[in-house]
Amino acid sequence: MPLRTALLFVVPALALFGVFILYPMFTALSYSLFEWGGTKRGGFVGFDNFSTLFTAEPFVSTVPIALLHNVLFFLGTMLIQNTVGLGIAFLLFRRSRTRRALQVLFAIPYLVSPIVIGYLWTLLLSPAYGPVNAVLKGIGLDGLALPWLGDPDLAISAVIAISVWQWIGFPVLLYGAALGGIPEELSEAARMDGASNWMTFRRILLPLLTPAIGTVSVLTFIFAMEAFALPYAVGGSTGSPAGATDFISLVFYRTAFESGDPNRIGTSSAMAALLFVLIFGGALLATWALRRVERKVMS
Amino acid sequence: MTATLDRPTPSAPTPPEPRQSRRRRSITPPVGGRIGSTALWTYAIIALIPLLLMVWNSFRTNRDLVTNPLGAPFPPNASSYRTAWTDGSMAQYFVNSVIITVGAVLLSTVVATMASYALARSRSKVIRVIEGLFLSGLMMPIHLAILPIFYLFDSLGLINSLFGLVLLYGASGVPFSIFVLSTFFRQLPAELEEAAQIDGANAWQTFVKIMLPLVRPAVVTVAVFRFVPIWNDFLFPLVLLRDSDKYPLPVGLTSFFAENSANYSAIFAGLVITTLPLIVLFLLATKQIVAGLTAGMSK
Repeated sequence: MPLRTALLFVVPALALFGVFILYPMFTALSYSLFEWGGTKRGGFVGFDNFSTLFTAEPFVSTVPIALLHNVLFFLGTMLIQNTVGLGIAFLLFRRSRTRRALQVLFAIPYLVSPIVIGYLWTLLLSPAYGPVNAVLKGIGLDGLALPWLGDPDLAISAVIAISVWQWIGFPVLLYGAALGGIPEELSEAARMDGASNWMTFRRILLPLLTPAIGTVSVLTFIFAMEAFALPYAVGGSTGSPAGATDFISLVFYRTAFESGDPNRIGTSSAMAALLFVLIFGGALLATWALRRVERKVMS
Repeated sequence: MTATLDRPTPSAPTPPEPRQSRRRRSITPPVGGRIGSTALWTYAIIALIPLLLMVWNSFRTNRDLVTNPLGAPFPPNASSYRTAWTDGSMAQYFVNSVIITVGAVLLSTVVATMASYALARSRSKVIRVIEGLFLSGLMMPIHLAILPIFYLFDSLGLINSLFGLVLLYGASGVPFSIFVLSTFFRQLPAELEEAAQIDGANAWQTFVKIMLPLVRPAVVTVAVFRFVPIWNDFLFPLVLLRDSDKYPLPVGLTSFFAENSANYSAIFAGLVITTLPLIVLFLLATKQIVAGLTAGMSK
């Protein structure tokens, strides 16, 4: 195809993507290097907005806690996905009759809006009227009938649990596809040699699943660092109770759209830029590490 | 011809589904046996019960919900749907969601299909660079660019406009759609187009008459799969729309939740209204959505 024809086909997509995605993405970084007076851009201030995040209130107290919550959210979700999720995929593996139906059932919560999920669990976990605590009391576990989302010590764990419940169908699908792609002769040969299911899994399947585990972990990382709608539904934009469900994107949202700070665009853009570097850098680093591991496994 | 399209290649974005379903029944017994089976079905119940409770409780009166958290919806009472649909403006939010989602899916699918054809058929270096730009968007955390997007919308007069969101989501769908579709176009034999050109068809006619019918399965996958994140998105409409009569469901739900915080039954109905279209879509197009979810594997 001649270049001119090709360009005619590409231009609509390129224009749309360029104007609404690429251009804002690039200017997002530049916003953080200026001082802002309301919506008017002031002088170039270098990295001053970034240092504000680490030296001035309220950021010194909110940003580290929010980031910690993002990291806990990531670690919790990733650990459970890569153990329980992988386990489910492994159990499903070779159940040719029911696999499909079960995979679909597990994936349904994943499709539901995180806002819906957040509100749904707020109602289900409600201390006075929620069915979860009613069941716990009904079976004699009164001690466990706690205000799950209302207690600052429990809230973040509850949010992680909700998110895992919603997400687990996704790694199950990915691991299922990856397991399906491994030639069956490998595990059959191992079985002939007398290897147990666990040995087959540990020595043959797990190493071959490394790329899939890496993909899931990287996607989970991006998802966890960007988490916004679920915590917003559960704790509002302030991460209640008492900031126990605060996330970095909520801090960003409050700074950019709910604060009266004249330089709010500067500081919130610095936060976005930092987050961008963290997400992109983290994803790149993880992909690089993964390649190394893969090479080791293959050789 | 369909046989050619369905044949999975290692780099194909669609999961190796056909191969799995056509494969002979495995001679290795499933992992975990009956206990594994029980565990899997138990987890299926855990995955679905919260969503079933949502539907279940939406058919109970609020007084009933508050006095007996574990009661049954008999006789079913649909009055909370009236509260949500008319009094709570969920009907308006629903229409807005449909406009935004359908518009954006159409837009991104059309421009991405055109672009993918050129990306697959041109050998020019310019086109390779453009393809790189598109694919760089696959992992871009675009929500972080919300501030520049806000000011871009402001300068284009797109704040508080459903059309603005159609453009934005249309653009954000371009990388994924191109990623899936260009792989698909590459698998099609070039002889077909050469024959069409010899018969005197120009590039556009070849694209519409010859290529489009062949890539239809992939186009459907992309369109169905993009539907989900747009329907569920929360941050962009929250920031870019002002009047509540423009809100799509997730944002509308937050104001509905605030106005009816004591009417649990109505909130459950609102959650069902927001979720139902996606569940229906998933049941109608399971294959496409599963293919979309596993497309990331070959990244």
